[in-house]
Amino acid sequence: MVTDASGRLARGPALLMIMAAALAVSLVSVTSGAYPLSTGDILGVLVGSLEDEVATMVLMDVRLPRLVLGFLVGAVLAVSGALLQGLFRNPLADPGLIGVSAGASLAAIAVIVLGGTWLGGWVDLAGAWALPIAAFIGGSGTVFLAWRIARRAGQTSVATLLLAGIAINAIAGAGTGLLTFYSSDEELRSLTFWTMGSLGHAAWDDVAMAAPWLLLALCAAPFLARPLDAFLLGEQVVGHLGYNTDWTKRAAILIAGLGVGAAVAVSGLIGFVGLVVPHLVRHTLGAGHRVVIPASALAGGTLLVGADCLARVVVAPAELPIGLMMALIGGPFFLLLLMRTRVV
Amino acid sequence: MLLQVDGLGVSLSGKPIVRDLGFQLDAGELLVVLGPNGAGKSTLLKGLAGEHKMGAGQVTFAGRPLKNWSNKKLAQQRAVMPQRVEVNFPLTVEEIVRLGRPAEPLSKSAGILEELMTLLDITHLRHRLAPGLSGGEQQRVQLARVLAQIWDTQEPVLLLLDECTSALDPAHQQQVFSLLRQLAKRRGFAVLAVAHDLNLAARFADRLLLLHQGQCHIAGQPSDVLTESVLAEVYGLSARILELEEGYPLVIPRDDEPVSAYAGPSFSTVAPVNPSCRQAS
Repeated sequence: MVTDASGRLARGPALLMIMAAALAVSLVSVTSGAYPLSTGDILGVLVGSLEDEVATMVLMDVRLPRLVLGFLVGAVLAVSGALLQGLFRNPLADPGLIGVSAGASLAAIAVIVLGGTWLGGWVDLAGAWALPIAAFIGGSGTVFLAWRIARRAGQTSVATLLLAGIAINAIAGAGTGLLTFYSSDEELRSLTFWTMGSLGHAAWDDVAMAAPWLLLALCAAPFLARPLDAFLLGEQVVGHLGYNTDWTKRAAILIAGLGVGAAVAVSGLIGFVGLVVPHLVRHTLGAGHRVVIPASALAGGTLLVGADCLARVVVAPAELPIGLMMALIGGPFFLLLLMRTRVV
Repeated sequence: MLLQVDGLGVSLSGKPIVRDLGFQLDAGELLVVLGPNGAGKSTLLKGLAGEHKMGAGQVTFAGRPLKNWSNKKLAQQRAVMPQRVEVNFPLTVEEIVRLGRPAEPLSKSAGILEELMTLLDITHLRHRLAPGLSGGEQQRVQLARVLAQIWDTQEPVLLLLDECTSALDPAHQQQVFSLLRQLAKRRGFAVLAVAHDLNLAARFADRLLLLHQGQCHIAGQPSDVLTESVLAEVYGLSARILELEEGYPLVIPRDDEPVSAYAGPSFSTVAPVNPSCRQAS
């Protein structure tokens, strides 16, 4: 493998490799499953030469939306992780840290458990979208709350934001626990599945709902690359170099909050992508955000789609929850990484 | 006058740290700010760097009140080196120095980076990751980054440096301060450097500003500021002063008991401000 003097992979070949991997997992993702399709079938359906209704339906209505959603969700989780790690100057920061995931899951679980009683009106109003919309509002709402608390006299304190996020996490966790305690067996089942994350129900409806937010987050993040680089040297340096410190913080929190809120809304809780992917990218390609952000997006999408393929295959015809799969792959991999590299 | 400070006051959470401070700094001048721990040196520098809100007073930079400058324009003419910069992420030395440059193609910044890395003796470290460097090496890298920011600026430049040589070995301390002096003399930079080393300051500074309890105690030529009585009053330090034939004083601390006269005057009994503080440079 080509490395430069600082022990990093050369950027061009590395990016090409990630792209090749992305294509490969995408192909595996659309071909494998309970109804196997060959590469020829896929091409046939796409160009319209194969007249097989089942194959067309499986590809167009099941596999493709799942692939698109999986890739977008993975990309957004990884990019949000990269933004927050840069902002907090801490390689251990994660979208879960500022309360996004906890807020989103509290709202989602409230809909599952209280949908028949207190929140009946909301479920009637929003129909099938009740849960994702609630999760989205819950996720971005908690980020906004943490951000308001951390804001004093026109300045956003990153340390307070972190602490507020921890407190909000605890409160939301208690709420989730309480709802779990009062849930029926059936509710408990869907609630558990939701907290373990899944792309299993992905349909074009979900893609249509989440994609605008996910794409917005992915397109906006690269604009923060330069000020975030300055953040790596310390908050005060951002201002010295002429960037607007507070604007950068607000934009990063907003992007991560909206993106992760939307991701959690359609796929449940999927951990580890936001933590592992930016970390990996930084250690192989360097810490500059102009590389870290796009490479994290590509690698995050690839990793999630890859994990989803595995989740469908290992216990076929059943499926493992993808959050579980991610933790199973990500956990040991991260430990291996920690043992092999000097952690900074 | 490039930098004009009048009646400046800076408070941190309600406590006044810098009070009624006035001084001037001209282009081409190296001013070293001295003072005991907690005298308000860093607070003054952070006030001028825009990190702390300035309470009372007026600061004018290049004829315009500092608060009327835009972030972007200031970044082209004012560079700041904080006392401590901790890098937790795997950035290489070259990448850090380049962070000082605005968005521009590498071909444009390459020459500047090369020159600065040579000047600060870090060329051999260029591909090393910053978290693995020694304290002194990191300080030189940060200084290179700070200088990169204003290296090709055509307008007047203000450099604010907070203990930029505190971790350096004696040879590099000399090297850095003589570089700062050259930048002042040859390129007309106005340099305000906070330091603790009295002899380094005496050797290189055009003027010294001695802060004590947030106020200017005395300002002027090194030989006027560094006197036995002043050091005893401000630092409680007993020292011998040698006037070297090179034209600057040498401070040699004595080994005996701290000066008993140093009881630490409280804010209410602080002596009236030394007239030297009011003089134009």
